[in-house]
Amino acid sequence: MSDILQQVFGALIAIGIALAGTVAYFWGTNWLLDKFLSTERSSGDEITRRDNLRSQIRPWLFLFPALLFLTVYLVYPVLETFRLSFFDKNGNFIGFGNYLWAIGDGGFRQSIFNNILWLLIVPSLATFFGLIIAVLADKLWWGNIAKSLVFMPMAISFVGASVIWKFVYDYRAAGEQQIGLLNAIVTGFGLPPQAWITIPVWNSVFLMVILIWIQAGFAMVILSAALRGVPEETLEAARIDGANGFRIFFDIMIPQIWGTIVVVWTTITIVVLKVFDIIFAMTNGQWDTEVLANFMFKWMFVNFDYGRGSTVAVIIMLAVLPIMIWNIRRANAEEGTR
Amino acid sequence: MATVDVATDLPRPATGTPNWLARIDAGRLFTHLALLVLVIIWTVPTAGLLISSLRDKDQLAVSGWWTALSTSVSQNVVRLPVADQQVEQDGRFVISGNVFGTDTHKQISGFGLTADTPNATAAGGSMPMNDGGTITVDSDGNYQWVSDTRLVHARGPRLFFVADIPPRFTLQNYVEVLTASGVFRSFVNSFTVTIPATIIPIMMAAFAAYALAWMRFPFRGVIVAVIVGLLVVPLQMSLIPLLSMYNGIARFFGAEDGKTYLGIWLAHTAFGLPLAIYLLRNYMAGLPKEIMESARIDGASHFKIFTGMVLPLSFPALASFSIFQFLWVWNDLLVAMVFLGAQESKLVLTGKLVSLLGSRGNNWEILTAGAFVTIVVPLIVFFSLQRYFVRGLLAGSVK
Repeated sequence: MSDILQQVFGALIAIGIALAGTVAYFWGTNWLLDKFLSTERSSGDEITRRDNLRSQIRPWLFLFPALLFLTVYLVYPVLETFRLSFFDKNGNFIGFGNYLWAIGDGGFRQSIFNNILWLLIVPSLATFFGLIIAVLADKLWWGNIAKSLVFMPMAISFVGASVIWKFVYDYRAAGEQQIGLLNAIVTGFGLPPQAWITIPVWNSVFLMVILIWIQAGFAMVILSAALRGVPEETLEAARIDGANGFRIFFDIMIPQIWGTIVVVWTTITIVVLKVFDIIFAMTNGQWDTEVLANFMFKWMFVNFDYGRGSTVAVIIMLAVLPIMIWNIRRANAEEGTR
Repeated sequence: MATVDVATDLPRPATGTPNWLARIDAGRLFTHLALLVLVIIWTVPTAGLLISSLRDKDQLAVSGWWTALSTSVSQNVVRLPVADQQVEQDGRFVISGNVFGTDTHKQISGFGLTADTPNATAAGGSMPMNDGGTITVDSDGNYQWVSDTRLVHARGPRLFFVADIPPRFTLQNYVEVLTASGVFRSFVNSFTVTIPATIIPIMMAAFAAYALAWMRFPFRGVIVAVIVGLLVVPLQMSLIPLLSMYNGIARFFGAEDGKTYLGIWLAHTAFGLPLAIYLLRNYMAGLPKEIMESARIDGASHFKIFTGMVLPLSFPALASFSIFQFLWVWNDLLVAMVFLGAQESKLVLTGKLVSLLGSRGNNWEILTAGAFVTIVVPLIVFFSLQRYFVRGLLAGSVK
């Protein structure tokens, strides 16, 4: 018990030091800047020179802590991981050796295959369900309650969600009482119960269901906001012209929110590329469910081969890269219109 | 999906159909039903977990949670005591006890002597024993085996019985999880990791966001582009170099490994910064330009404008980010495993749950209660602050 108290106390002190430290840094550097480049006792050109100098330095004082953290924790590691991917376990340079190994490795190919399946299925179904629920809920008086409930899995950790669904997929031998919902339904129809998690290819789909369940809420919230942006006059005009619900949905709503659909799709795609917890908690890659992130974790922490681990990480990064570039270009375009 | 309420415009049918029935619109009914089905699919798994975690652990193991309100039936067997347990009462020889041991909330409906006939005699009745005498079993499980002659069996006969377990809800699973399984420790660890990791990045990000939104300086566009890029960099790219760096620092100070709370706070701080800066910058850039300019003309410095005006005005964005960061850090497994390790005393809740899945994979009473302890804090945060969370989501997905 005393070490728990010590730990909590330590955390409180850390918060205090961190807050005091940031305040001291920002206030202190600002004070120093104003003191050493004070314009009070100077005149004419000197004032302008000092003013300019101050306004050139100040942004960097504001930015410095954040940039330092980003450099040490994100920019440097990304470059270092690229570098490490060309070295073997003992630190010898082997060129593209790790990449050649990856192409020939069964586990890696399995991961790539599964990741492609995940990429095809999860973003599309999560977006699809999110859109359907958003459209339906916006029409009903209890829509907000419905949205809240569908959105709830967003707050649940991937591990917690895995336990929830592992319970749904639970398997007992035929003849015993099934306590897993899925097998109870299946045996209710007179079919034999299945150990869902161990049947290759289908088991990956059962794991995907977990992520779809989580991400549909995200898609729903974003798409619901976009749907509300569709001008009421447009919808009214279409109704007067005699368009039915389906026509309005496909010919007016979908084109109007297409940009948002793409954003939701790419955001979920990135989540899928990084998905780790679900596989780690449910199967740890057994029964052909391996994916890249879990495969990387194994090479890093089970085999302690940082070269191969880095290679797998770089491949995940390469898959993210097109979306990253697209995001940057869009952000830049938006900057131009501001 | 047609929303036009056609039915209301029609004259009431003369066949005597009640008014309310004629007004129901098939399309609208379909909308209600479809949404209801979807909501049920989305909610039932979590509901199952919650209900199960509150059930008696014996019932949980033998029946589905959807039967939680009905009495479950289980077939059991006990071995009765051997002859030297008998006591002599009024010239008769008696062996007595309870088939359940100490459990008292169960009821038996019948009993028998073979596995095929566990229900041969109804509770309260008597039946002859092969070793002599008769046995009477009451519905509460108390039995009396009475014989006129001294019992001599060396091996206790088996008694089969059918027990009805009435529905029972209990907090026992939570008590067990929190005390015996070390989940409470992990609960504290999760808070220890999450709170500082949520608070530390906020100020840093706010200053940086202000500079990027309202100050003019070279490379500003490049920095913004890099931050947008870093938003999607997989964490996997950071793990190996950072772990090596931490271990190097630890060796330099003579520690055995680099797995400290300080290390994970700083890592989470850095990993949260791109989103924090991006969200806050977008929000601050949207603040009215006129206020800023008039404050500048009045001679206020950037520092004054930031602390006195922009920071208080940005409260909604700060709240959004805090909720995001809190949920993300609390729910994280990967960063905690890499930078805090799998040592029992340092496991956060997600790590603890994974370790329970491995070691107690079939003890659903532990897993369900453990899982609910893990998700209850984010659920509270989520439902009480949903408004800010949604606002953050809308601002955070690159428009």
